[in-house]
Amino acid sequence: MIENKKIRIAIASGKGGTGKTLISTNLFYVLQQINYKVTLVDCDAEEPNVMVFFNGEEEFVNDVTQKVPVIDEIKCTYCGKCQEYCSYNAIFLLKDIKTIRILEDLCHGCGACTVACEYDAVSEKAISLGVIKKYHSDLQSTIIEARMRIGVFSPVAVIKAAIKEACYNEIILLDSPPGTSCPFIQTVNVADFVILVTEPTPFGLSDLKQSVDTLKTLGKPYGVIINRAGLGDNEVYSYLKNEGIPLLMEIPFDKEIASHYSKGEIVANYIPEWRSLFENMFNSIFKMYGNSNNKR
Amino acid sequence: METAIISGKGGTGKSSISAAFATLGGKVVLADCDVDAANLYILFSPSHEEEEIYIAGQKAVIDDLLCINCGLCKEYCRFDAIFFSEGKIVIQETLCDGCRLCSRICPHNAIKMVDNNKSRMYAGSFRNGKMVYGRLAPGEENSGKLVNIVREKAKKISTNQNIENIIIDGPPGIGCAVISSITGTNNVVIVTEPTISGLLDLKRTIEITSKFQLKIWVIINKYDINSNMSDKIERYCSENEINFAGKLKFDPQVVESMVKCKSIIEYAPDSQVSEQIKKIWNTINSNKNNG
Repeated sequence: MIENKKIRIAIASGKGGTGKTLISTNLFYVLQQINYKVTLVDCDAEEPNVMVFFNGEEEFVNDVTQKVPVIDEIKCTYCGKCQEYCSYNAIFLLKDIKTIRILEDLCHGCGACTVACEYDAVSEKAISLGVIKKYHSDLQSTIIEARMRIGVFSPVAVIKAAIKEACYNEIILLDSPPGTSCPFIQTVNVADFVILVTEPTPFGLSDLKQSVDTLKTLGKPYGVIINRAGLGDNEVYSYLKNEGIPLLMEIPFDKEIASHYSKGEIVANYIPEWRSLFENMFNSIFKMYGNSNNKR
Repeated sequence: METAIISGKGGTGKSSISAAFATLGGKVVLADCDVDAANLYILFSPSHEEEEIYIAGQKAVIDDLLCINCGLCKEYCRFDAIFFSEGKIVIQETLCDGCRLCSRICPHNAIKMVDNNKSRMYAGSFRNGKMVYGRLAPGEENSGKLVNIVREKAKKISTNQNIENIIIDGPPGIGCAVISSITGTNNVVIVTEPTISGLLDLKRTIEITSKFQLKIWVIINKYDINSNMSDKIERYCSENEINFAGKLKFDPQVVESMVKCKSIIEYAPDSQVSEQIKKIWNTINSNKNNG
């Protein structure tokens, strides 16, 4: 039964601009067209671009918030314990002139200051970090977009909220943010399998190695798609062979692909072979890692 | 003079252009501030002269001998980093934010904090001057602090060695690390590409950079991939009074030069792209003299 398919696949890359979104949007489209129940989560909350490629009916917009402390200066004794508990230098205190300020931009919302205060002077309020938007796309498919508010210190909370929203769907594709820092970890951490997209250049290879090392530490299974094959050199192929990393697909460098992508068009719509290519790739990943009980 | 090269969207050619600027003649200090995916050292193989450990906060670690698995820490943790696995408390290192609260409230003193000390700052020499770069260990927060350390080091070298130009290769995105890469610079060059995503990301990048009253320039890379979109971006710049520095044609030689560990200026100095980049560099620099 189609309805039983359950897997979470993250599409990621150390280097930006290697074609992550090209892969995730086309894979989503192909699965959507076979009428699978599929959700695409745009986790690149700093620069969400998935909705460029699809129309969708907006189901809801949710504000993602974080708690920040509010000091009741009537109760506050300026003892400094909250400042001592804060690991992020988000509390500014001048004991001598009885001045205390919260630097909301630096606060991570850990709640340590509320625990620290012995005078019940610290309460909390919510501030907005960004939004998640849920769209109903074609057939049985859904798109969830994480969008960080400009000026927020980290996209992680918004990404987590977006992924949570997708929890109950069957096939989940996660378009990951670039790099290997927190936002990347938060995204791949919930995946059953990670598709790493790279390009056959020295920069691409260097960033791929860094992503592979990180995924090894996390114990995640992964495979690689080489985009813009034909440009650059062959180093990445030797690397994959030596490390025994599966090459899932190669996409040749082709101005036609670049041109469709630049206009916000789904390439699989114009190059029909892509449908079977992506479907086959999905099936082979699913066979190995699908219907798992990945709890986190 | 500090020139920062950034791009909202990744993979637009930021580092290739930074490398070209760094090899246009004259000595420079090159600061690779894309600490999450530093790449320029591959092209320039700088010598290893200095190394500094960067402590990127702390992580909580359970002492299994002291822990009685009461679960109090799990209740307090707001980062979902603590959970029970087969009846035992586990802290997932990659989710821990380092706030220390669990360590403070643990009634059995079973949680210790350890430094995240795997990130580094490096400095050395390369064929066109000095180079400074940072490497953030995987999973750490790119708070911009390591970027600041790299930039401070670059400034110090620039003063001590009397090298006027500092070229900063910034990270993608619009987060803290980007802001740290551009604050106080003389020129910010945003590299974009002629795609819808490129334009949307450019707009977000401009929204954030314009808060800092910096001199902003836009370059469209690979403009011939979609000339219509390229025109649209150019129009957007002129309508919003953003300096348009120029546009570059797609040229496979740019990739070839990277494979040969050279900048395009070194690899194909007479190519059209190299000529264009020189022109852009002169435009940006002549403007400095006009005020």
